[in-house]
Amino acid sequence: MRFTPGRLAALAALLLAAPITQAQTVVKIGAAFSLTGNAAAYGAQQKAGVLLAVDEINKSGKLPGITLEAVVEDDGTNPQQGIQVFDRFINRDKVSAILGPTLSTLAEAADPRAQEQKTPVVAVSNTKPNAITTIGDYIWRVSLTEAQVIPSAIEIARGKLGFKTAGLLYGNDDAFTKAGYDVMKATLEKQGVQILGTQTFSTKDRDFNAQLTALKNLKPDILFVSALVEQAGSIAVQARQLGYTGPIMGGNGFNSTKFIQLGGPAAEGVLVGTAWNRVSPDPVNLAFIKAMQARGTDPDQFCAQAYTGVLVIAEAIKLAGNKGGRDDIKAGFAKVKDLPTPLGKFSFLPSRDGNHAAAVQVVKGGKFEIMQ
Amino acid sequence: MGQQIVNGLFLGSIYALFALGYTLVFGVLDILNLAHQAVFMLCAYAALLVVVHLHLPIYLAFPASVLAGGLLGILIDRIAFRPLRGRSDSNISGLISSIALATILEAVGLQLFGPDVERFPLGTVPDRSLRIGDAIVSELQVVIIGIALAMLAVLTFLLQRTRLGRQIRAVAESPLAARILGVNVDRVIAASFFISSALGSASGVLFGLAFNNVAPDMGRAVELKGLAVIILGGMGSMPGAAIAGFALGLLEVFTVAKLGSSYRDAIAFGVLFLVLVLRPRGLLGQAALREA
Repeated sequence: MRFTPGRLAALAALLLAAPITQAQTVVKIGAAFSLTGNAAAYGAQQKAGVLLAVDEINKSGKLPGITLEAVVEDDGTNPQQGIQVFDRFINRDKVSAILGPTLSTLAEAADPRAQEQKTPVVAVSNTKPNAITTIGDYIWRVSLTEAQVIPSAIEIARGKLGFKTAGLLYGNDDAFTKAGYDVMKATLEKQGVQILGTQTFSTKDRDFNAQLTALKNLKPDILFVSALVEQAGSIAVQARQLGYTGPIMGGNGFNSTKFIQLGGPAAEGVLVGTAWNRVSPDPVNLAFIKAMQARGTDPDQFCAQAYTGVLVIAEAIKLAGNKGGRDDIKAGFAKVKDLPTPLGKFSFLPSRDGNHAAAVQVVKGGKFEIMQ
Repeated sequence: MGQQIVNGLFLGSIYALFALGYTLVFGVLDILNLAHQAVFMLCAYAALLVVVHLHLPIYLAFPASVLAGGLLGILIDRIAFRPLRGRSDSNISGLISSIALATILEAVGLQLFGPDVERFPLGTVPDRSLRIGDAIVSELQVVIIGIALAMLAVLTFLLQRTRLGRQIRAVAESPLAARILGVNVDRVIAASFFISSALGSASGVLFGLAFNNVAPDMGRAVELKGLAVIILGGMGSMPGAAIAGFALGLLEVFTVAKLGSSYRDAIAFGVLFLVLVLRPRGLLGQAALREA
């Protein structure tokens, strides 16, 4: 081939164009959230968090030459639909990473697709312990599991309330409430809190008077309860009716406004662990809340976790040498360390589960507030 | 100790209330109406709707829903039992058709109200309580125990002393003989269903109030216990059903308190088994004379 001026010019144009095309690299992030169905209340918050984070990162110039693009789809709170959305993200939209789905049950159905196709997933709201990330090495998790929130929550509460003895009540025929109880018991024993008595119930029970009376008679400093939300409300009401006035601390089942609705005045003062410390004075957190409110969304824990999910992906792209391929992002995740997020300094554990500080909420005036 | 006795009496009164209505049709007329628990559930929702959407106080919602329950009972008789009456196996076929109706009514409840647990709004019943020794009894609990005892008295009187009661017992003895003697059998059975379902409705509303819990599956929680109470007390005996209800409530509460909730149903049904071995006709059941 001879270098004619025309060909040289064309070559030069190609060389010049190359960096320009690179500057326009679009990295797509698929977000499968429950925008309809039972978990729709969570999905709306998650979507808002993702969109804000993508906009902020694109404006900040944190990833030179890369523009993030969020593709948000509805998983319908339905495992079948979750799988379909994942397939579309992986094969049609060719996304580099996937956020979601909202619920653990959907994640267990859909995440194996991503694992097979080597597409990294960041779970931002799945809390089932010893699951999800066990599906494979492409599955990572930002949300803390029950097994992580409860120990730190108990430690914080003990620091404030100084309890030395405890009574335990839990549902012994449900995997979720039993798992919560196991963590509570192990944590209390480790922290030297004496367990005066343990009572159980079954998921169909509505009457807890006998168990609560037996526990109340032992005069514990605090009552720990691991129950699903429908029963959590009744337990709080019946405990107060029986004249128990001490503190009550619940497992993740209490972590819902439905608990406050069912419990009414009896819910007041009840403590629950949470992954997001809303009133943390950390500047990243303050800026996040302000930006969310400017967009008309009062953020909750799900919003903060979804927002953090995008920050983690962006950080992984940066740590992979500013490359947004699927395996680049996966390799980058392993290097994420002490990333400032609204949830606090964020790192991954070797199990690919997220790690950051938890907080304790207390019901006050019909709302969850952070215990200071 | 005192508190656990109160807990047991309270739980027992719920069982007794449910069983009293149940046994009027099952124990006396020998018709097992498995849709009874659906009435229990639907009427709790009916009262909830009246309180929440019509903003009426509970002392109006309660009778309204009891009346609705009674009418629903007549409907259940018309749909599930009456078309089959007169067949040789009408008790079994009626039992099956009442299961079908219960399933349908439960599905209707699920469709209308969703699977979530609802509760009566705060302040529906006054939140007052009194102390007896070291035990705390809420006003609602006192009212529920009182209603259970009052219903027992009224039903016993009805069966033993009134014209309708005599007719019901006559139909129980032999529908054919009763008909020959001029008793309108269908009307007597319809009346029994009305009273029975009205009582089922009352216990459903009180259950929903007592435990802040109204859900499509709430009837299932008491259905089996109700049957156990009827058999334990002796078929057809109103005082027997009430005594058995209170006994089961106390037994459950003390099993939970002393042994743990895992043993509750094992102990409760174990005792039921033992009673039936020792007294096959239940605590207050009378030897059947009609075979003689």
